[in-house]
Amino acid sequence: MDHKLFKKDVHWGEWLIQKALLLAGISSILIIALIFIFLFREAVRFFHTGTPMDLIGKWVYDDWEERNVFTMMWQSISEVPKYSLIPLICGSFLVAFPATLISAVLGIGCAVYLSEIAPYKVRETLKPALELLAGIPSVVIGFVMLAFIATFVQDLFHTKFRLNAFVGSLGVSLAVLPIMITISEDAMRAVPKELRDASYALGASKWQTIFGTVLPAAVSGISAAVILGFGRALGETMIVLMATGNAALVTGNIFSSVRTMTANIAAELGSVAQGSEHYYALFLVGAVLFTFTFVLNLFSEIVLSKMRQKLRM
Amino acid sequence: MKIMSWVTRGFLIAVLAVMAPSAFAGKNITVKGSDTMVVLGQKWAEVYMQKNAGATIQVTGGGSGVGIAALINGTTDLANSSRPIKESEIEKAQKAGYYPEEIKVAMDSLAVVTNTANPIKELSMKQLLGIYTGKINNWNEVGGPDQAILRYCRESSSGTYVFFKEHVLKNKDYAADCQTMPGTSAVASAVSKDPAGIGYGGAAYYLKQPQIKILPVKKDDKSEAVSPVKADGTLDYEAAWTGRYPVARYLYMYAGFRPKGDIRAYIDWILSPEGQKIVEEVGYVPLEVKA
Repeated sequence: MDHKLFKKDVHWGEWLIQKALLLAGISSILIIALIFIFLFREAVRFFHTGTPMDLIGKWVYDDWEERNVFTMMWQSISEVPKYSLIPLICGSFLVAFPATLISAVLGIGCAVYLSEIAPYKVRETLKPALELLAGIPSVVIGFVMLAFIATFVQDLFHTKFRLNAFVGSLGVSLAVLPIMITISEDAMRAVPKELRDASYALGASKWQTIFGTVLPAAVSGISAAVILGFGRALGETMIVLMATGNAALVTGNIFSSVRTMTANIAAELGSVAQGSEHYYALFLVGAVLFTFTFVLNLFSEIVLSKMRQKLRM
Repeated sequence: MKIMSWVTRGFLIAVLAVMAPSAFAGKNITVKGSDTMVVLGQKWAEVYMQKNAGATIQVTGGGSGVGIAALINGTTDLANSSRPIKESEIEKAQKAGYYPEEIKVAMDSLAVVTNTANPIKELSMKQLLGIYTGKINNWNEVGGPDQAILRYCRESSSGTYVFFKEHVLKNKDYAADCQTMPGTSAVASAVSKDPAGIGYGGAAYYLKQPQIKILPVKKDDKSEAVSPVKADGTLDYEAAWTGRYPVARYLYMYAGFRPKGDIRAYIDWILSPEGQKIVEEVGYVPLEVKA
């Protein structure tokens, strides 16, 4: 009898723990789903008063040129509010692309060194140091960019705008670098030792092994790192708010001042009256941003799981 | 039973101890809003709290629009604002059951600034309008060197942004390439490093900065240019009071209702000579004392 009772107790305890863990697992998904629903519900309300065309541009009478001009502008506080997403999307990508490029070059190089070349002792000191980089608050990076690096960049390239997309992307690349290094290093470490041994056995040198065997085997993991880094770069707020000058221009010039979707929300959401068209327009920007990062993260997850399957073979 | 009653007593004491701070914190006043007024508001609160033991006043920034929105949402007792409340905001407040009461608490001269490397001497209101709406794009169009103008302004949640738009831009849109900076000190930092830059903001932020030049402003073509600062580098109160300097404004506090009790006492103190002395110390223009 005793024995049976004891067994039942364990069963109940286990059941409770299982359910608690299930709740913890579900709750995060539930919260994300709720955010998703809330964001899109608010965003859609923009179309009660606005049209999809407003998100591209508006015909506005220009009293200087005395005719109607098609303007693609974000000018929320105005007699004729303009909510074009074009300059914001332009700005976001003009910062995120170079930032991803810079951090990919540095990050993958660093990951190759850490996983393949660095001796044990160097790796054990370098890795914590790199993790410290992830601990720098983005507002600090933003301030350093604003106060010092911007002047340096302007002196170097003689740019018209002191604060521009390039300065912002330098800062953002620092914020993205830790993710880039960690994930691509993990991907290279996951390459089985047998593959390297086979490569050496065939007479390949260290460099040939790295570039001919390890990198190709880890390529999907590395590309996942790059995509994830790109998503992070799109979502970065404080650095771009401080370092890009925030002029909502439609431009392809990397040395021009730009305003990103994130900086735009951060700068304007504080003062907007709840329920106004401006308020819903900001949620719409948020929804667009969320969609971009969601698709990017989904894509990188798919790539990563494909790689895991392939390596298990 | 005896043990039980001790437990109950202990429990009651514990409950009282937890509740006491909230029960006796009647003098807790929250003030939120204009970034321009944060330093001033905090100084007021600091001195007032020293003189009135038991009063707690919390002052935070965020922008005039943020403060007024908080007043409407009922999350602050007083809102600091560097612009008058808008019609639309009054309507929203009334819908939420508030009747905003306006108190003018100080004045502020907005300075128009350039880098000291720029040889330009003065600008008219019309030229400012042209520059900030994007019709004038080179310094040589206003008597300066042949160099593209870089416009710095505040973000749209700031009262300074709205005031400048209404009074200088005559409600026209800012040029698209205006670089919006988070805070007047960020504008100051940008202009001090940018020879082609122009910026604006509360004059106090720009006093005694070696790289920044405060420009005299002409009301129209006929009037003479007036600077918000005197020759000795201090603010010219008279120019703001009389309106000779065209870009001066009042700073306001808004209460949700006609202020009573502790809030009333605090506002009365702000308007007293003692409170206005702090306005001068912090670097704004005190209210004119009418004889």
